[in-house]
Amino acid sequence: MLELKNVSFEVKTENADKAIVKDVSFTIEDNKFVVITGPNGGGKSTLAKLIMGIEKPTSGKIIFDGIDITDMSITERANLGVSFAFQQPVRFKGIYVFDLLRIASKKELTVSEACEYLSAVGLCAKDYINREINSSLSGGELKRIEIATVLARGTKLSVFDEPEAGIDLWSFQNLIKIFEQMQSNIKGSILIISHQERILNIADEIVLIADGKIKKHGKKEDVLPELLAQTAARGLCVKFNDGGVK
Amino acid sequence: MADKTRERLLSEVADLHAVPTGAFNIRENGETAMRNTTANIDIVTKKEQNGIDIHIKSGTKNESVHIPVVISKSGIDETVYNDFYIGDDCDVVIVAGCGIHNSGEYDSKHNGLHRFYVGKNSKVKYVEKHYGEGDGNGKRIMNPGTEVYIDENSSVEMEMVQIKGVDSTERKTTAKLKAGAKLIVRERLMTHGSQVAISDYVSELDGDGSAVDIVSRSVAKDNSYQKFDSKIIGNCACNGHTECDAIIMDNARVVAVPALEANSIDAMLVHEAAIGKIAGEQLTKLMSLGLTESEAEEQIIGGFLK
Repeated sequence: MLELKNVSFEVKTENADKAIVKDVSFTIEDNKFVVITGPNGGGKSTLAKLIMGIEKPTSGKIIFDGIDITDMSITERANLGVSFAFQQPVRFKGIYVFDLLRIASKKELTVSEACEYLSAVGLCAKDYINREINSSLSGGELKRIEIATVLARGTKLSVFDEPEAGIDLWSFQNLIKIFEQMQSNIKGSILIISHQERILNIADEIVLIADGKIKKHGKKEDVLPELLAQTAARGLCVKFNDGGVK
Repeated sequence: MADKTRERLLSEVADLHAVPTGAFNIRENGETAMRNTTANIDIVTKKEQNGIDIHIKSGTKNESVHIPVVISKSGIDETVYNDFYIGDDCDVVIVAGCGIHNSGEYDSKHNGLHRFYVGKNSKVKYVEKHYGEGDGNGKRIMNPGTEVYIDENSSVEMEMVQIKGVDSTERKTTAKLKAGAKLIVRERLMTHGSQVAISDYVSELDGDGSAVDIVSRSVAKDNSYQKFDSKIIGNCACNGHTECDAIIMDNARVVAVPALEANSIDAMLVHEAAIGKIAGEQLTKLMSLGLTESEAEEQIIGGFLK
């Protein structure tokens, strides 16, 4: 279970401190699929980074499975069971897809196990396992490998920051399937930052964040219809879906 | 030399764990300790100066020559000249390298000049590793000079590695290529403490269709200093590429001086150089997979120098 208690995050600007996340409190129960959505610049990604420890809150507490992780490092949180899929995955010269999956899995990974993770994200495993994670990979390929590393970790809490960005329509179907499978296999909680209606659709709960504050938090059945009715609060992808992809 | 020291040095510089098969010449503390020749590869001690001549007959295929140098005495200062005469239509692997164990007060210094005369239509792979160890105050110094003359349609691939323990090194490599000849150089270098490493390459492309590709990947830690100086001269229809990619850490300094000289309208020459610290996002990503910051750093450097 993840609990955020009165979490705030400010950055220093030239003139004053700017609040990015303002007194946010919420709880993610075990086995829940929660989507955080809201307009760009509203503090969603920052919130995800605060959970992983990439940023430290200015005030407030973050509790994971009863342990106060507020002052813990990224490594400590990772080893307690928090995973993070970056919105923009990084490239590494000389590190191969297999290396990254092996590090992620924390064990002597076999090639066939690594292949399973890659197949799950729609990559032909034998073509990718020995690829260097450098600029020869496209943004979409990197994104899928990023998701595969979170799969390989199989931790209690997995945070995905806009996993759909850069993923084509065909893979999108797969992505939804991955989240569903993760939830049933790992029995952990999944927290996704997303604008996508189809991801919102498979959530148990939706948290709407705008201007650094929680505007709404509740069951999908309660939050989604209202969200879809308010054009102003909708993300670009949702609008795009309405217009063309349906 | 103590057997264990010899074994470790040989394994570090030449991946040797037993007496090698094929031709070899092991030089130990300034003298030839072991030698083997084959029907196709002859090794002869030079008369006028320190060093050996290695003659590889035309048509020699799938054979190797190991010529490692190991030094365990403090205070050795030697200059060795090794010349390789490689015939036509050969396909051979040459493994050189120098390992110094210095636990004494005096500097141990090995200057090696390797000259390669490669015939036509041959393929040569050359591996040279440098390694230093020992806790004495004496420095471990290696200054390798390499001259490569490549005849028509031959290719030479050189792997130069210096990862650990060499206090000071100045590498000078010159190459001259005839028509259709190719030279590939992969240099990997890591310096730490107050080490100094200078790599200087001059490649001359003299024949149409010749090509050179020199790539250096290096990591500079602590207070160390590196200079990478690579010049390609294109005198004909040729392709040249030189690249320096360095990770800089702590208080280290890295200088990259790529230079291109095109003396023909058909010369295509490219240089790239990038120096920077380890990207913060790379560390963050690996830490989010459970590695500590120093484990993440090690992983990134290990991959980079792989």
